[in-house]
Amino acid sequence: MPQPVVQIRDLRFARGERVIFDGIDLDTLPGTVTAIMGPSGTGKTTLLKLIGGQLQPQSGSIRVQGEEVPKLGRPALYRLRKRMGMLFQSGALLTDIDVFDNIAYPIREHTRLPEALVRHLVLMKLEAVGLRGAAGLMPAELSGGMARRVALARAIALDPLMVMYDEPFTGQDPISMGILVKLIRELNNALGLTSIVVSHDVRETSAIADYAYLLSDGRVMDHGKPDDLWKSGSEWTHQFLHGEPDGPVAFHYPAPGFRDDLMSGGRV
Amino acid sequence: MNTRTVEITVGLFVALGMAALFMLAMQVSNLSTLGSNDGYEITASFQNIGGLKVRAPVTVSGVRVGRVDAISYDFKTFEAVVTMKIGSEYQGFPEDTSASIFTAGLLGEQYVALEPGGSMTNLVNGSRIQLTQSALVMEQIIGQFLYSAAGKKPEESQNKPAGLQETTQAPQQTTEAPQQTTEESQKTTEESQ
Amino acid sequence: MLDAFQGLGRLALHFFQRLGRGHLFLLQTLASVPGMLLRPGLVVRQMYSVGVLTLVIILVSGLFVGMVMGLQGYNTLVDFGAEESLGVLVALSLVRELGPVVAALLFAGRAGSALAAEIGLMKATEQLSGMEMMAVDPVQRVIAPRFLAAFLCMPLLAATFSAVGIYGGHFVGVGLLGVDDGAFWAQMQAKVDWYDDVMNGVIKSIVFGFIAGWIALFEGYDAVPTAEGVSGATTRTVVHTALAVLGLDFVLTALMFGD
Repeated sequence: MPQPVVQIRDLRFARGERVIFDGIDLDTLPGTVTAIMGPSGTGKTTLLKLIGGQLQPQSGSIRVQGEEVPKLGRPALYRLRKRMGMLFQSGALLTDIDVFDNIAYPIREHTRLPEALVRHLVLMKLEAVGLRGAAGLMPAELSGGMARRVALARAIALDPLMVMYDEPFTGQDPISMGILVKLIRELNNALGLTSIVVSHDVRETSAIADYAYLLSDGRVMDHGKPDDLWKSGSEWTHQFLHGEPDGPVAFHYPAPGFRDDLMSGGRV
Repeated sequence: MNTRTVEITVGLFVALGMAALFMLAMQVSNLSTLGSNDGYEITASFQNIGGLKVRAPVTVSGVRVGRVDAISYDFKTFEAVVTMKIGSEYQGFPEDTSASIFTAGLLGEQYVALEPGGSMTNLVNGSRIQLTQSALVMEQIIGQFLYSAAGKKPEESQNKPAGLQETTQAPQQTTEAPQQTTEESQKTTEESQ
Repeated sequence: MLDAFQGLGRLALHFFQRLGRGHLFLLQTLASVPGMLLRPGLVVRQMYSVGVLTLVIILVSGLFVGMVMGLQGYNTLVDFGAEESLGVLVALSLVRELGPVVAALLFAGRAGSALAAEIGLMKATEQLSGMEMMAVDPVQRVIAPRFLAAFLCMPLLAATFSAVGIYGGHFVGVGLLGVDDGAFWAQMQAKVDWYDDVMNGVIKSIVFGFIAGWIALFEGYDAVPTAEGVSGATTRTVVHTALAVLGLDFVLTALMFGD
């Protein structure tokens, strides 16, 4: 069994009083697409920030390629981040420079390649996401889907070993969604990446994931190959994946009996 | 906005700022007169320097020739020692030049006025001016006025504080102890009658 | 009752936390400043948006302040027969106080608020986060050039303000009200000291530039990444910078011009 790229053991993280993660175990094998799914607000984005070292856990271990991320000093952390690509929900493009410069940014910052070579690299990345013609546009002129694709091109600009996708499908029209789904899978295979996709678009994500983790209430509720999860017996998993309105996650917010409430006459 | 235009405008902006500073230096302030530090130092001792400050002007016949560099106190002679820097272009003050502390206008700042004497030898770097006249002190002037209004006899001038004598007479030599000044002034008062 | 104390305690802790964060931020920024010598292009770009674009309001305000001083100064001095000293009055007021202080306040209003809003929006749109994940230190690439630009532009703006103001005072006093041209400049040159007055004014403006840059950039960097958060950061920048400049002005004046 090959060494996992990302290995999380017994992760505990709280924001103030609120406990976000209460003992998470997670593995991502190299060359695979790992999905992390769960209801809104479970802290999926927070998990990506923890892996990237932007947040510190209270306890537990987060290893990326064997290195303990929370214990890394600044220079070592920055070196590690050069090998990670991250696609933010909004794209997070730099708004004052055009598409070409956005993708060239990490290349120019971290390498001393001549401009001619930089140009080739940028055009290659743009070609991979299908936006070579948009190289001269400003981020403000891009649609949401196009911005995400540019951000994806930027994330793979330095040929990282892994890419993290934060809710890539949210709010996309069917065609954009289809494009992104295809890109994530194909780039993963073509570049030998390890991808982590955080999403609650269960259908799309399950279609491209090799392995999935379902998180809720700060714990891993279930994990396995997507096919197994869909056929799984667990009630919660079933409700979540099939999108059933009622089940282990109740429809009704806890409240006293309806009849008594109506009869009491006072304010709620 | 391309890089070239940006850089040109920033360059113009910095040039404008520098020009403003230059204008402030030349047109507005006294930088042009501060100029060279070369000149020669002379000292003078005063009983009372009044409100004289460092960098106060030193003038001769109203022309500014230097400035006060330092003010200190001599515990041996119990007098204030004023060190002045005279511009090197103003050479040739006689050794018996006197120094007085005057006030510019009625309530203005105080400055040192030199009055050339008649000696053959000149003041050089490190020379000490012997003849000095201290600054006017408000209280003493008022006291003199009150006394002269109250008592008419000149003999009562004994009661007058030492410094006042000097204002009514020619500049005197500064002496070792205040008592001697009073005695000397009493002698001159009697002599002049 | 106890709630009030609790609230007060929380407020105090929050205040000190913020103060601590602000100082750590300043140290981080200062540490990145030497690196800027290798990337002058970034600083030049920021000097354009911070300095050049503030120049117009500085020029116009300086001119009008100088002209008003000429007018008001004349009206007061003429009662004492001292209208020849108008030059001294205008020059000393501008060079010692009004130049550095008013230029700093105008700077806070125009450039400071722009900086805070820009950084705040970059934070809200996750651009700063994105840069971090690309292994680019946002403090080095984004904050330090702007800080250096503010620091370098302030003395230039203050000097320009003073210079334009003096010419404004000259225009009103000599041109319109009949003060003698020679006396205007001669008295000024005698009374305005390069070290004590002009240089002290320049030192003041450098300190103000430091403070204005620091406050604007920190407010943006620390802003809550929402619309209200950025708007709050922008207004706080102007208010805090104004208070800091006026307070520091008193302290510096006491140090420089007191005994």
